[in-house]
Amino acid sequence: MIQPASPDLITVYIDGKEIAVPKGTNVIEAAKRVNVDVPHYCYHPKLTVVGNCRMCLVEMGLPAVDPATKAPVMDPATGKQKVNWMPRPTIGCATNVSPGLHIRTTTQMVKDCREGVMEFLLINHPLDCPICDQAGECKLQEQSAGYGRGYSRFVEKKNVKPKRTLLGPRVMLDDERCILCSRCIRFSKEVAKDDVLGFIDRGSYSTLTCYPGRKLENNYSLNTVDICPVGALTSTDFRFKMRVWFLKQTNSIDTESSAGANTVVWSREGVVYRVTPRQNDAVNDTWMADSGRVLYKEIRAAGRLDSVRVEGSESALEFALGAAAAILGKGGAAVVGSGRSTVEEQFLTRKLAEALKAKASLVSRVGEGDGLLVTADRNPNVRGALVTGLAAELPSATLGTLAEQIDSGAVTSVVSVGEDLAAAGLSEAQMAKISIIYLGTHANATSRAARVVFPTLTVFEKHGTLVNQQFRIQRFAKAVPGVAGAVDDLTVLSRLVSACGGAYLGSDVGTVWTALSAEVPALAAIRYSNIPDTGLLLDGSPWAALPFAEGASLHYKPGSAPQEAAARG
Amino acid sequence: MPAPQQHRLIFRHIDEPGYSNDLACYVRNGGYEVLRKAVQRKPEELIDEVKKSGLRGRGGAGFPCGVKWTLVDRKSGKPIYLVVNADESEPGTFKDRYIIHQDPHQLIEGIMITCFANKVERAFIYIRGEFPEGARILEKAIAEARAANLVGPGILGTAYGCEIFVHRGAGAYICGEETGLIESLEGKRPYPRIKPPYFPAVLGLYQCPTIVNNVETLCHVKHIADMGGEAYSKIGTPNNTGTRILCVSGHVQRPGFYEFEVGKVTMGQLLNEVCGGPLPGRTFKAVIPGGSSAKVLKFGERYKGKRKVGADMVDYDWGVDDIPMDFDSLAMIGSMGGSGGVIVMDDSVSMVEALGNINAFYSHESCGQCTPCREGSLWMKKITSRMVHGDARPEDGALLKSVADQIAGRTICAFGEACAWPTQSFIAKFGDEFKAYPEAKKQPKPDGVPELV
Repeated sequence: MIQPASPDLITVYIDGKEIAVPKGTNVIEAAKRVNVDVPHYCYHPKLTVVGNCRMCLVEMGLPAVDPATKAPVMDPATGKQKVNWMPRPTIGCATNVSPGLHIRTTTQMVKDCREGVMEFLLINHPLDCPICDQAGECKLQEQSAGYGRGYSRFVEKKNVKPKRTLLGPRVMLDDERCILCSRCIRFSKEVAKDDVLGFIDRGSYSTLTCYPGRKLENNYSLNTVDICPVGALTSTDFRFKMRVWFLKQTNSIDTESSAGANTVVWSREGVVYRVTPRQNDAVNDTWMADSGRVLYKEIRAAGRLDSVRVEGSESALEFALGAAAAILGKGGAAVVGSGRSTVEEQFLTRKLAEALKAKASLVSRVGEGDGLLVTADRNPNVRGALVTGLAAELPSATLGTLAEQIDSGAVTSVVSVGEDLAAAGLSEAQMAKISIIYLGTHANATSRAARVVFPTLTVFEKHGTLVNQQFRIQRFAKAVPGVAGAVDDLTVLSRLVSACGGAYLGSDVGTVWTALSAEVPALAAIRYSNIPDTGLLLDGSPWAALPFAEGASLHYKPGSAPQEAAARG
Repeated sequence: MPAPQQHRLIFRHIDEPGYSNDLACYVRNGGYEVLRKAVQRKPEELIDEVKKSGLRGRGGAGFPCGVKWTLVDRKSGKPIYLVVNADESEPGTFKDRYIIHQDPHQLIEGIMITCFANKVERAFIYIRGEFPEGARILEKAIAEARAANLVGPGILGTAYGCEIFVHRGAGAYICGEETGLIESLEGKRPYPRIKPPYFPAVLGLYQCPTIVNNVETLCHVKHIADMGGEAYSKIGTPNNTGTRILCVSGHVQRPGFYEFEVGKVTMGQLLNEVCGGPLPGRTFKAVIPGGSSAKVLKFGERYKGKRKVGADMVDYDWGVDDIPMDFDSLAMIGSMGGSGGVIVMDDSVSMVEALGNINAFYSHESCGQCTPCREGSLWMKKITSRMVHGDARPEDGALLKSVADQIAGRTICAFGEACAWPTQSFIAKFGDEFKAYPEAKKQPKPDGVPELV
């Protein structure tokens, strides 16, 4: 036996394969490491273990020791320590590794167990896969292919349970499909801290339901849909919209707050159908807020800007850039950057301000944090602005200084990168007094007052990076093409910079990053292409003294150094 | 061989004329004297007495009581709880009810001795919801004992105190499973816990070390403390010590409860002599020896093998009549002593219908937590119900067995075995009857055989 590499590692044998795993690992996770799949339904790595589905039954053996002397009992045939196999199968989810543990997952007993459980789960299941939204990502469907009988021995009547129960505004329940794994109940209780789900009745008639008078309407309710292994819980938004196997998955980031939950955007033929969380154990585990899942609707929301406009008329990009440069060239220019822009955009915004010798200001968005994945800072990338040097301090809620400068006549033109100046406190008179150049996705008071408007892209239509509250730089990718008429933010900004006398830094993420890493010390060793899927922690210590708005949330404690965050991750 | 005399230890005063369930009557009959003496002894001594006595749990599993007490985590610094399992819900069992109704102070004395021995300061009697009268009697008895300084703080002039609480269940069989009971006591659905890690001895009630004992077991503790473990172990047979209450129900002349030294009476003596044999004109067909979840025994079958007598292994060749009613013998022949509920069926019984009845019970009582039992128990019930009330097929017996085989040994708690064993044993022993049932159903019942209700 090979000695464990460190005291915390325990050597176990899974189907004869030796592996050292950390203490406290269960058999399912240990098996995963040697590519042995232990099928399961109720077990979820982020929830407590209940062991109720019985799908993960495996055969377990412990090294034989002499009961009297505690000396290992050796098998003369193999020269190895004998293994005492348990006569009964044991569940993998609730069995933690112990030194020398042997697990068999390929024996007849294990096969019988899986087939038995599979058959039981299917006898009262409606088998309505053709009309079920879960089809294609259904564990029951997948595992019935592996362990199902292929025909039914069940000739009795199936149990009848409630169909189409609306548990809350976003979650629909089909009790007949439910396999009573209790993942949703545990999630509501343990993670969302909103204990509204439970079972009523007993035995095979057990039925999932909400407590009387309560609804599953917390901002995390859709996670129950994600973790439901079958089609019992479905999203009212996604239900009956698209077959999942037609959808393309693109890694993205939730931009609703500085938590930066990792997401997957599911799209087909340029249309986004849903957004689901992507596992990142250092950021969002496997969860995300419901509010972040509807952000894709902004792509096709009314008021989307879809043409470059100069003085209200549709215009060519070249002409508009010229017009903007002419306005800004007169002097007295100011730049309003955004904590919602990507790192690359913020860098170019800074370059623009430098070219114009103008001051850049940012607008804050502070709400109430929920302690989980919606933080107090609703700008997803304020720290990006700090890192790129666009801002040296935290943004304020209103543009007070800018307003004074407008009143005094010191500022006569403003470039706004996605920020509505009216919402940021400028009066109608102040906005009328200046020439506005607006880059943004949707129409608002600023776009209407602007002399030049550049329609830009939403987060779903472009590549980029964001720096979350942990100073973790995270990458997102383009899921769908931009709407017709819109121009990539980087193109507009880069060309505006060069039109205003600065150097042209490229209009694609890769080229911008060449300049970024050359100029920003914190990003020196990084390229867009080498940021891992789970992000990269930056050194946030230069900004540690700033009074950030965030309170404690999942995997984040205010004031904790990023290094600690890395250790927790 | 004539049947031995009953040895009434626990049931000494049950149905005794003039004996009432109040404290005065109990004290008149020597009650609480054992507790009085026990609290003057060292707790460890009492545990040793119980260990020496060889007392095995009377709830069903027959686990040695002294060992159970030794397993309790006493180093955790957490309080230790005693939970009294009075959820007597195994069909065919009706012993604890009599103790609670007619001799509640015997139980309370047993509880207090156990608590003192294990340094328990809180005991909970979990009584099934169907025993409202029993719960009231216990409440009253505890109040009486409390007033007499036998329960509560500083009992009998010592510094030791213990409170007893009565908690009523809400009518679920699964609350008799110790971890399900604990969950229920905590106010949750009685979903049995996964073991490991939730062994009651370590992580029981409110995650504290907990002893769960059956009502009858605790009554035995009183007598062990009284006579000493050594003397108690001489009652009964080796490894099956003490007395055992056997609850006989079904097709015998005199059904009822009988208390014998464990292993001293055989099934034949019990049924034929003590209970007066079969009803007129009938013959015994089958008997379930330890509550409805125990495997059925078929009259006429032989059990052969080797068994230990003293230090020797001797051959045995038993019919059902020859089986000694003790834990080990019943386990040896493939059934179990269980809760002591002996259910007798004579030749008027259709085994298919009998199994239908049992399956209906277990499917109704499955808690629904884990898949095999939840789905399997109802499936078996649906099959037997269809056989009885609809279309029976010759292959249904084999299907039933296959379903049962997919349950036993794969569930969170022992309910999986409890619901699978009847089906497995009925099919194994009366398989032909199941096969022939589709035809038999079409035949009218022979004259004079009453319909089962």
